[in-house]
Amino acid sequence: MDANWIAIAASVLLQSSPLIIAVCGETLSERAGVVNLSLDGSLLLSALAGFVAAYFSSSLLLGFLAAAGVGALMALIVAFGSLALRQSQVAVGFVLTLLGDSLSAFLGQNFTRLPGPWVQRLPIPLLKDIPVLGPIFFNQDLVVYFSLVLVAVTTWWIFHTRPGLELRSAGERPEAAFARGVAVRRLRYWYAVLGGALVGIAGAAYSLDVKIGWAEGHTRGLGWIALAIVIFGGWSPLRGALGVLLFVATRSVISVVLQRSLGESSVVILNALPWLLMLGVLVVVGGRFSEQVLSRLPAALQRPFRGLLRAAPPAALGAELKEG
Amino acid sequence: MSRPAWLPRLWPLLPSFVALLLTSLLLLAFGASPPLAFGAIWEGAFGNQDRLLTTVAFWIPLMLSSLGLLISFRAGLWNIGIEGQFILGAIGASWVALSLQLPAPLQISLQMLAAMAAGALWAGLAGVLKRWGVHEIFGGLALNNLAIILTNYLIAGPWQPPEGGSFRGTAPFHADALLPLVGATRFSVVALGLALLAFGLVVLALRNSAWGLRLKALGRNPRSALLLGVSSRRETLLAMAFCGALAGLGGAVRVLSWFDSLRQSISGGIGYLALMVVILAAFRLLWTPLVAFFFAAVLSGSVVLQLRTQLHSSLGNILTGVLVLLVLLFGNLDSLRAWWAEWRAGRRRS
Repeated sequence: MDANWIAIAASVLLQSSPLIIAVCGETLSERAGVVNLSLDGSLLLSALAGFVAAYFSSSLLLGFLAAAGVGALMALIVAFGSLALRQSQVAVGFVLTLLGDSLSAFLGQNFTRLPGPWVQRLPIPLLKDIPVLGPIFFNQDLVVYFSLVLVAVTTWWIFHTRPGLELRSAGERPEAAFARGVAVRRLRYWYAVLGGALVGIAGAAYSLDVKIGWAEGHTRGLGWIALAIVIFGGWSPLRGALGVLLFVATRSVISVVLQRSLGESSVVILNALPWLLMLGVLVVVGGRFSEQVLSRLPAALQRPFRGLLRAAPPAALGAELKEG
Repeated sequence: MSRPAWLPRLWPLLPSFVALLLTSLLLLAFGASPPLAFGAIWEGAFGNQDRLLTTVAFWIPLMLSSLGLLISFRAGLWNIGIEGQFILGAIGASWVALSLQLPAPLQISLQMLAAMAAGALWAGLAGVLKRWGVHEIFGGLALNNLAIILTNYLIAGPWQPPEGGSFRGTAPFHADALLPLVGATRFSVVALGLALLAFGLVVLALRNSAWGLRLKALGRNPRSALLLGVSSRRETLLAMAFCGALAGLGGAVRVLSWFDSLRQSISGGIGYLALMVVILAAFRLLWTPLVAFFFAAVLSGSVVLQLRTQLHSSLGNILTGVLVLLVLLFGNLDSLRAWWAEWRAGRRRS
């Protein structure tokens, strides 16, 4: 394998890590039935918080903790607004997204383009010497390792443990889960806050690792991409992570190809690409279009392909909870 | 327990006051005096006749977009794509302005029609995507970003001014393409007339027409609306298209009076601001113009605040954002009481 492509693969994995963390967090929250639409604003505000905390304390750990706290707080507001005060999750999340965006611009006005600390690379001995796989997977930093472990742990937790079963039941049939003794409301609070904390860590992963530093609108738009990838991933962390990798890899490959033909139009294509990808992917998993394609396939192939393409949200996602 | 009838109506003033307090704390943290800051906003919005007219000029496109959202929300649609529909309106108007030269009334009417068509088209696209299973929030958001990219492409490419200065906008439109302005302000009487006319029509359509009733049925309960013979497909597309047309008209007003050419940040978030207006007005028809006017005053007054204190211009957005959030969360006395009762019941149980 060409060394150049290995370097690109390693950089794709690095670039993907914050989005993977955010997708895992949002998947947990949505599996419990809470849509945290504040993701884009959360990411911005936590990226700033992480940078500022690490900048003043020179401690990366404090940076990540501060960011996780900000993300958790944003998610708590969404959860409180919908679970306690019965307001629309979408409305609260959307207002929070805009507020997070303008707050990050205002609070971060004196921190733009300052040199700050960043996460150092941490090669794993022995493993890093494996040909091809070593330089891609084991010559990275802690954020990348964390994102990969997180995918494994959340997948196992959601689909193979008893608490995971309760989590899914809270999102699918909350009334039935409640009747069986699951404290649905409390569970939704916990997973929303946990998911928000992970989104916060993702924000700090940008400002301290992948896109080091702070500038106004530092991660603008990426939160929406993450929300779309949760849908594409069919509310599974593993499929979501693959979606992130696919997304980042497509962008990298196309930017490499376009660099050879520099021009005005290639910049336009590169900027428009994430949004075109988002629309295309959502149309494919959305139903009507892929159903038309699927219905032309031989019957024996329809089922597996439908499983691969279609994705259904948790049945009670965003719905009001009637408990007790 | 009995309570006076005025209490639930005046209750939202309390969270509004808290929002003002929180913003003051933020100002203090940045070393600015809140009375001076709010005074600067007030002066910037209403200080003299020109400033008042400028505030109204800012209000008009915001108002048109908010009116559009009243229609789409009535049909139960979250039209986040309004920002892109606004931008497409500006592009549509610019296209006619740059390619035709007709007598002013004809020219301006054509520009407005092109803007409404472009906005409706962009909204219709979000409607079609919804039919294909893409929620209007995601479809709209992607279309917003594509609209911004399209603007930048047009400015840097085909519509680049002849001198070759490709940085911020197209060449200024010819005089017959622009709306006549009052004095040295950006206020246009024609635009104000259009906004008031649009308000009247939207109120009539939503309150007194069978179409308004169908939209309401669709928004409240799509399933029973279907049983009553309301086609969700047709009404969804229509509601989106009308909203897009009004936002597009707003974009045209913006590009033909506030500016005189197509610029990079032609909207500057007016579409998103309109969403905030309508959420704060709780989707009520008569409150919408008032809330929109308050937002216009805060944001147009923030310009003076920025000049005086050197603080970042997003302060106006923070004030409005905190206000909408707190009123949304705590502005409904009934839901607060329900939560309080539930909480006490929960404590007694454990």
